Amino acid sequence: MNIVVAIKHIPSIADDLPVKGNNVDFDSVDFVLNEWDEHSIEQAVLIKESVGGTVTVIGVDLIGELDNALHLALAKGADKVVKITADDPAADSHMQAKWLSEAIKGMGANMVFAGVQASNDLDGQIGPMIAAYLDMPYIGGVSSVEANGDSATVNKEFAGGAGAKYAVSMPFVAGVQSAPKPPRYAPVSKVRQMAQSATVEKVAPSGDADVRERPLRILKMAPPVVTGHAEMIEGSSKEVAAKIVELLKSKGLA
Amino acid sequence: MAPKFEKAKAVEKEHAVVDGVDVSGHWNRMFEQRVIFEYTPELIEKIADIPNAESFANCYQCAKCVAVCPVDVVGNYGPRKLYRYAQTGMDLTEAPELWLCTTCANCLRVCPKEVNMVKIMPAAREQAILDGKFVPAELQQAFENTAKSGNPLGQPQRKRDAWIQSAGVPVPIIKDLGRKVSVLWYVGSYPSYHPRGIDAAAAAARIFNALGIDFAILGKEEKDDADSQRLAGEKGLFEMMTEQNIETFNKYEWDEMVVTGPHELNAFKNVYPKYGFERPVVHYSTFLARYLDQLKPMLKHPVNKKITYHDPCYLGRHNGEYEAPRKLLEAIPGVELVEMQRNRENGYCCGGGGGGMWMDSFTAKHNTTMRLSEKRAMEAASTGANVLAVACPFEVSRFTDAVKSTGNEHVDVLDILELLDRSMRGE
Repeated sequence: MNIVVAIKHIPSIADDLPVKGNNVDFDSVDFVLNEWDEHSIEQAVLIKESVGGTVTVIGVDLIGELDNALHLALAKGADKVVKITADDPAADSHMQAKWLSEAIKGMGANMVFAGVQASNDLDGQIGPMIAAYLDMPYIGGVSSVEANGDSATVNKEFAGGAGAKYAVSMPFVAGVQSAPKPPRYAPVSKVRQMAQSATVEKVAPSGDADVRERPLRILKMAPPVVTGHAEMIEGSSKEVAAKIVELLKSKGLA
Repeated sequence: MAPKFEKAKAVEKEHAVVDGVDVSGHWNRMFEQRVIFEYTPELIEKIADIPNAESFANCYQCAKCVAVCPVDVVGNYGPRKLYRYAQTGMDLTEAPELWLCTTCANCLRVCPKEVNMVKIMPAAREQAILDGKFVPAELQQAFENTAKSGNPLGQPQRKRDAWIQSAGVPVPIIKDLGRKVSVLWYVGSYPSYHPRGIDAAAAAARIFNALGIDFAILGKEEKDDADSQRLAGEKGLFEMMTEQNIETFNKYEWDEMVVTGPHELNAFKNVYPKYGFERPVVHYSTFLARYLDQLKPMLKHPVNKKITYHDPCYLGRHNGEYEAPRKLLEAIPGVELVEMQRNRENGYCCGGGGGGMWMDSFTAKHNTTMRLSEKRAMEAASTGANVLAVACPFEVSRFTDAVKSTGNEHVDVLDILELLDRSMRGE
């Protein structure tokens, strides 16, 4: 089984997001691995552990710091890691999808995983666009994948607690919502061992001519305007309780 | 946990035949294997074979440890019990019991066989983590935060010195100062980021200024000591942080380091020497006690409170400092200092050590009736005190929660630094 996981390095939102001009001030943010990609990696490694195969993790290196995320992936069980040396922190998911597709094209992947979305742009387009460029079917919102021969059983979650089980023939692209288990912990000693011994393959971004024009452009970026506040109810426990009851009644909830 | 082996019943036979010879007699009940033969040493050996966990095999089941184990007070635990569980089929590296020990060292104090849980637990946990076994989710988050952000709270590194705004006095950053200082103050992660921790950091800054101490902090260059992460089994993470910290510490000239937290004291004083860092490090209580004569006239405003002091395990038992915090409290006019029943060498653990700080939800699910911090908060309240004084940055948040959850909101939880500061400023 040949599984490729496309990952995305995104600005951390542990701190307030600094804005400069009409984009994030990339010089004053830390970059972290997209949370959904952690689940993609976990899902890929789980499949490898159950049926064998290789896991390749590939991402666009936006600021020259992707190695940390790649070493972490190796420590969690990936076999090979590749970075596309773009060095452009503003590269949007459409450009990244193109570069990733060009690099993944020759890898002979049976399955390509991408996080179903990323918190930086909530675009959700990396997976579908890779599928389009590689001419593969796409299934999103995936909560588990099991490989059986040349097809896979894929669980997808819908709103309202419903779920569906699909048979998907390989090769395909899946947008991973969550792995069936929480992403595993990689001990720092293993990550450091990988940092010393592993090779990160470098690929130059290619095939970008048609996306360089950036069909999506950010016109303005600013913090959202606050329209309402939570009301803090002051007083003793009894007074607060009485006030809550009153509020619930006034809203027709009690 | 359920022991793997059923207890065998003693069997009494009317006739016992061994190798064709009838050896019947009133003692022949001994011819059937009795329960002791069904135990396996394998799972004890599995732990004792891990480097640094050898002393696990020393246990001779006297149970002195159980009487002083803080976890046993709220549950069913203790080194003797762990040995017994291992004997009857528990693999410690896979059991929830692996994560309950807070490395408070009270068992080691009384153990006649020197079974050292402070070494055994981190070693067994490290083994479990390296083998990819279960790691409690909250603990995993603290590890990942420390590796990514340099602190277990996951706060941004560039905001590490943002707290100095609230101090109202100059807090020099050593890099900006560009000269040697007599005191390098290592603030610590919780005093830098936690809302209640910041109160203690700001108080310390005001006290140092008032005393005219020539001090500076590392500011944005400071990173977590990771000692509790080490004790929780992440030695690799500890070593990575240690290398970075030693490099930072050695970049600057200073005579002595003062730390806000006992865990940092333990790391820098007792563990860092193994990594080549041997410079003087003291806890703030030890440091300020030297200035008592100068400090006393500055403590102008009475703090009319009945105060009980909680000995942090890593300041007391691990580093032998019991008196300096008490001297500082007694120097404050108006203070009546009362002791809890368990104090000094026998102080009760707050539950925050050894990674316990990041495992409260996990611990609550595994055979404990309440948090250790809640037990301790109740002990503090039972002395009639209206202030629980602490000297460890883990404790302010732990006990503030605990006094609330046990219905003892009338007990204020305050760091000694905050009490000194109040007496100086009259707030």
